[in-house]
Amino acid sequence: MVEKIVLVLTPVLAFFVGIFLVGFKRKMVARIHRRYGPPLHQPLLDIIKLLAKKENISHGVMFDLGPVIALGASILTVLFLPLPGFKLLTPYGDLIAFLYIMVIGSLGMALGAGESGNPNASIGIARALTLMLGYDLPFIIAGNTLILKYGTTSLFNLMNAQSNLHWNLFFLPLTAVAGFIATYGAMGEHPFDVVVAPQEVATGPMVEYGGKHLGMLMIDHAMHVYIETALFVTLFLGGASNIWIFILKQLGVVIVMTLVDTVLPRFRIENAVRYFWRWPTIFALLGLFIVYLGG
Amino acid sequence: MEMQDVIEEGYVGILEDLRKRSLWMLHYCTACGAIELPPTITSRFDAERFGIAPFVTSRQSDILLVTGYINIKTLRRIVTVYEQMLPPKYVIGFGSCTINGGIYWDSYAVVKRLDLYLPVDVYIAGCMPTPMAVIEGFRSLMKLIDEGKANGWKKYIEDNAYYKENQRKVLG
Ligand code: SF4
Repeated sequence: MVEKIVLVLTPVLAFFVGIFLVGFKRKMVARIHRRYGPPLHQPLLDIIKLLAKKENISHGVMFDLGPVIALGASILTVLFLPLPGFKLLTPYGDLIAFLYIMVIGSLGMALGAGESGNPNASIGIARALTLMLGYDLPFIIAGNTLILKYGTTSLFNLMNAQSNLHWNLFFLPLTAVAGFIATYGAMGEHPFDVVVAPQEVATGPMVEYGGKHLGMLMIDHAMHVYIETALFVTLFLGGASNIWIFILKQLGVVIVMTLVDTVLPRFRIENAVRYFWRWPTIFALLGLFIVYLGG
Repeated sequence: MEMQDVIEEGYVGILEDLRKRSLWMLHYCTACGAIELPPTITSRFDAERFGIAPFVTSRQSDILLVTGYINIKTLRRIVTVYEQMLPPKYVIGFGSCTINGGIYWDSYAVVKRLDLYLPVDVYIAGCMPTPMAVIEGFRSLMKLIDEGKANGWKKYIEDNAYYKENQRKVLG
């Protein structure tokens, strides 16, 4: 019973934690710029404002469905992530299922943005899918390293295997670094923010989205931040014994990411992919090799 | 019936209160006044602490900043951009050129009063207005939104014939 209630409430939790992380990030960026910055709940205000817009402009059915598919995929992905002490959805193979489901959001966005007919949207979505080709390679190698080492694909077991400071960050540092860079790219932070690049493609896939659509996409973004950080915490930072420590670790990940994000300019798309296929992939392969030799 | 009105009014009241804390602006940088925007947004004056952030497309923005003199050529684009924005939307006229043509008052290519063509909610006077004045303009817009008086977008729907007539006169 408790399990079921937790399962239903998890997306809500993910949303609020995601909002908090996004707000924290904005505040922190402001402080690094030596500004005062918006209040912590600013993203929530933005979302409420967007959802309260009077009209909506649509370019067709798929255009409307794009954000729905993206948000739906995010909610489904959240259900696969283990919370401390709770094993949500599916007993077997959830790391593999997870990696597949995470892609659905981007595909939904691709269909939606494609129908808007705006060239900026097409360029943005082409960049998004190309970038995915980049960061998925090191990430999948890193994930497979963990599967090889622990002999399980269950995120819950992977999390439990690292209790008592047996963090993968300490024992598989190369894999952890590769995983971090891949997660970082998946979050679309500088220098990998080619997808939304406002100066070049005017927020890319989102260019024709406004009002309630954009509100939904911002909810999706908040959940995405939760998912990416939670996955990294689960795989490499040893999970957590209760939810507060879990959130604290996610906050740590966001802080490290923001520190890098604030000071870097932007890659071109081919440079971004080349980077992903070079350094993180080499690290991930070395990590895999070490695990393979070590048994 | 009355109960429903009360609830709806309260709902709208709360909404306006939240709405004024999150305004995204489309800086349609038509002219020299736009140079005052970077200091307004960056470290020194930090517009983001009021929830005001620059955005790049008309679909996502709430405020249309018309920063300076308006050529007849540009007016066409400004009207298009304004009509693409989703209501509730607000217009800020920026600098004396939007009020009376400024130093271009006798130019053949410049339209003189912005509010003949678009419903302007707030004017910021000055040639060019300082960042302090710009922030003050944003604050007065927020106050107007809070009091429910920033109704330019409704006016544009109601008096559409009037605005269209004026636009047709210069655009042909
Ligand atoms: S008011 Fe002054 S600064 Fe602004 S556009 Fe006109 S001439 Fe330029």
